[in-house]
Amino acid sequence: MAAEQKRVAMTGNEAVAHCMRQIDPDVVAAYPITPQTDIVQYFSTFVSNGQVKTEFVTVESEHSAMSATLGASMAGARAMTATSSQGLALMWEVLHITSSYRAPVVMPVVNRALSGPINIHCDHSDTMGSLTTGWIQLYSESAQEAYDNLIQAVRIAEHPDVLLPVMVCQDGFITSHGIENLNLLPDETVKQFVGEYKPEHYLLDLENPITVGPLALQDYYTEVKYQQAKAMENAKQVILDVAAEYEKISGRKYGFFEAYKLDDAERAIVVLSSTAGTAKAVVDSLRARGEKVGLLKPRVLRPFPAKELVDALSSVQAVAIMDRADTFSTAGGQLFVEIRSALYESDKRPLMKNYILGLGGRDTTTREITKVYSDLAAALEKGRVEELITHLDVRE
Amino acid sequence: MALPLEQYLRVAKMPHIWCPGCGHGIVLQAIVRAIHELGIDTEKTVIVSGIGCSARAPGYLHFDTLHTTHGRAIAFATGIKLAKPELNVIVITGDGDAAAIGGNHLIHAARRNLDITVICFNNNIYGMTSGQYSPLTPQGSYATTSPYGMLEKPFDLCNLVMGAGGTFAARSTTYHARQLTNVIKEAISHKGFAFVDALSQCPTYFGRRNKLRTPLDMMNWFKDRAVPVNAWEKLSPEEREDKFPIGVLKKTQATELTEVYKELIQQLQQRGGE
Ligand SMILES: Cc1ncc(C[n+]2csc(CCOP(=O)(O)OP(=O)(O)O)c2C)c(N)n1
Ligand code: SF4
Ligand SMILES: [Mg+2]
Repeated sequence: MAAEQKRVAMTGNEAVAHCMRQIDPDVVAAYPITPQTDIVQYFSTFVSNGQVKTEFVTVESEHSAMSATLGASMAGARAMTATSSQGLALMWEVLHITSSYRAPVVMPVVNRALSGPINIHCDHSDTMGSLTTGWIQLYSESAQEAYDNLIQAVRIAEHPDVLLPVMVCQDGFITSHGIENLNLLPDETVKQFVGEYKPEHYLLDLENPITVGPLALQDYYTEVKYQQAKAMENAKQVILDVAAEYEKISGRKYGFFEAYKLDDAERAIVVLSSTAGTAKAVVDSLRARGEKVGLLKPRVLRPFPAKELVDALSSVQAVAIMDRADTFSTAGGQLFVEIRSALYESDKRPLMKNYILGLGGRDTTTREITKVYSDLAAALEKGRVEELITHLDVRE
Repeated sequence: MALPLEQYLRVAKMPHIWCPGCGHGIVLQAIVRAIHELGIDTEKTVIVSGIGCSARAPGYLHFDTLHTTHGRAIAFATGIKLAKPELNVIVITGDGDAAAIGGNHLIHAARRNLDITVICFNNNIYGMTSGQYSPLTPQGSYATTSPYGMLEKPFDLCNLVMGAGGTFAARSTTYHARQLTNVIKEAISHKGFAFVDALSQCPTYFGRRNKLRTPLDMMNWFKDRAVPVNAWEKLSPEEREDKFPIGVLKKTQATELTEVYKELIQQLQQRGGE
């Protein structure tokens, strides 16, 4: 049965900080960066007020933050950190170490554009740049989703079939600093849901000494990577199982993605995080005029739910994939490339178009999204896509 | 000497982002004045910064400027100086930028005695990210990350630079603006690695938390604790408690990196020609 929940008004960062309070990890090591700073700031007051038992470690850079978090995790602790943008970029080396050591670290990431030029606002260049680091990635549209995803992340990461680190992403400023109403679960419910972390192998288990990360060359490196890939594969079922269990306590349903009015849609947009909120409003108003439009909002990008995405888009005739970061490959944004590749397996491939939008915090309005749907209508009429990749709202 | 500010500042970029009472503007003014009084060629001067409130300064300077990433300004500057040793390379950095995330670059540039000038806008705090303690926050001081007072012992950046092999180190404060200008002049003129620890006030995130209610209180705090280096030499350890020396703390000559590098290239070219 769903627990009695408290309705509160909070920013995305506050929601995440309260979630961390409820999880009460053993160790948090972090370094400040806008727009993430708030999360750790709020959390550090919970530490200094004695509301959590966490060891809070202040360090001198994100490279050290990730390293200290990983060290704590290897020692057998439930360990977390949080970051954004340049901080995530500076962690990059250790991100790989964390996933390959199979450390179930959980990290909220507040999406912010990477430099340069320096910019503090939202786009997804930071986490898109870490898709190949072996971390599970969950994206959130709202503060509520950031909160819900973070609770589930602990269970996904620590599942014995998975043992991989998880990033929980929300949009910088738009979600992290915007206040919204959301439901918080009771502390006790969260505590029970995440349970106690009992690692099977860890460094402080003095009875069973282990070594972590020793040299593996042509002899074993391949097997280590294969096992990581297998764990990522296993994560798919675990993500669904944890979501089902979470629905029981929260009443909120999660899957690999959210399909919004997609069942009979002829035209659809695929878009991540907060922009999906804007796009839903457009779907509603176009639907009111009788247009068959829908939306798909991915929640899980790693592991990539290729087959499920193909099924979900099977009835759609034209799709616009919206990327809030460029790859500079000239072949489209990362979401576009991956979804297009997945659809190769489909019998009925829809017309596909890629939009690069919302870079460095540039706002995407309902007007632009309406235009995207009408571009799709035009493409359907002509039976082809004229311009494969469009940079939305740009001065040339 | 009247200071023709328009010549040195990107006036169109005003108003600046700094809070009322922030010390960073005073340090910036001291740099501009030093450059003006030295009469160095602004066309041959490059100003490099990392990230922070301090690091925003080059955005207002009408020079060739490079705004880089947090902590890495000295590494970028090393590249510039080795590529074009004839340029004056000035790094503007913060205490966090220079001593926390970028501490490594500071000690190595000092060790190599690279001919650049590093000016640290030292406000004892991470200003830009709203007041976490830095490696320069005095013991016992309050920051958002030291709600019970700073536990760790801070760096003395001049000692660090001198110990690492830097050949010029000086300290001054926003209260001693005239002296600050003079030590910056000496630093820029110095051949070799020159470091200026420019104490600056952050009333917003340091002062308010540490019973220094106004910017003026903070500048008086500098005034009461700063001791000219000659007088400092004569103080006993007890008398030095809670005080710090200002002025030029070290000025020596030693082989400088770009010069020995040039010599090596010449030697190797000669050998190759033989
Ligand atoms: C890799 C990275 N981590 C964190 C940040 C966030 N950040 C910006 S400025 C700053 C601290 C600046 O402190 P300081 O150098 O003392 O400069 P001040 O703002 O006090 O002048 C931090 C942590 C960043 N920009 N890049
Ligand atoms: S936060 Fe502090 S350092 Fe930054 S501009 Fe304001 S007073 Fe200056
Ligand atoms: Mg500072």
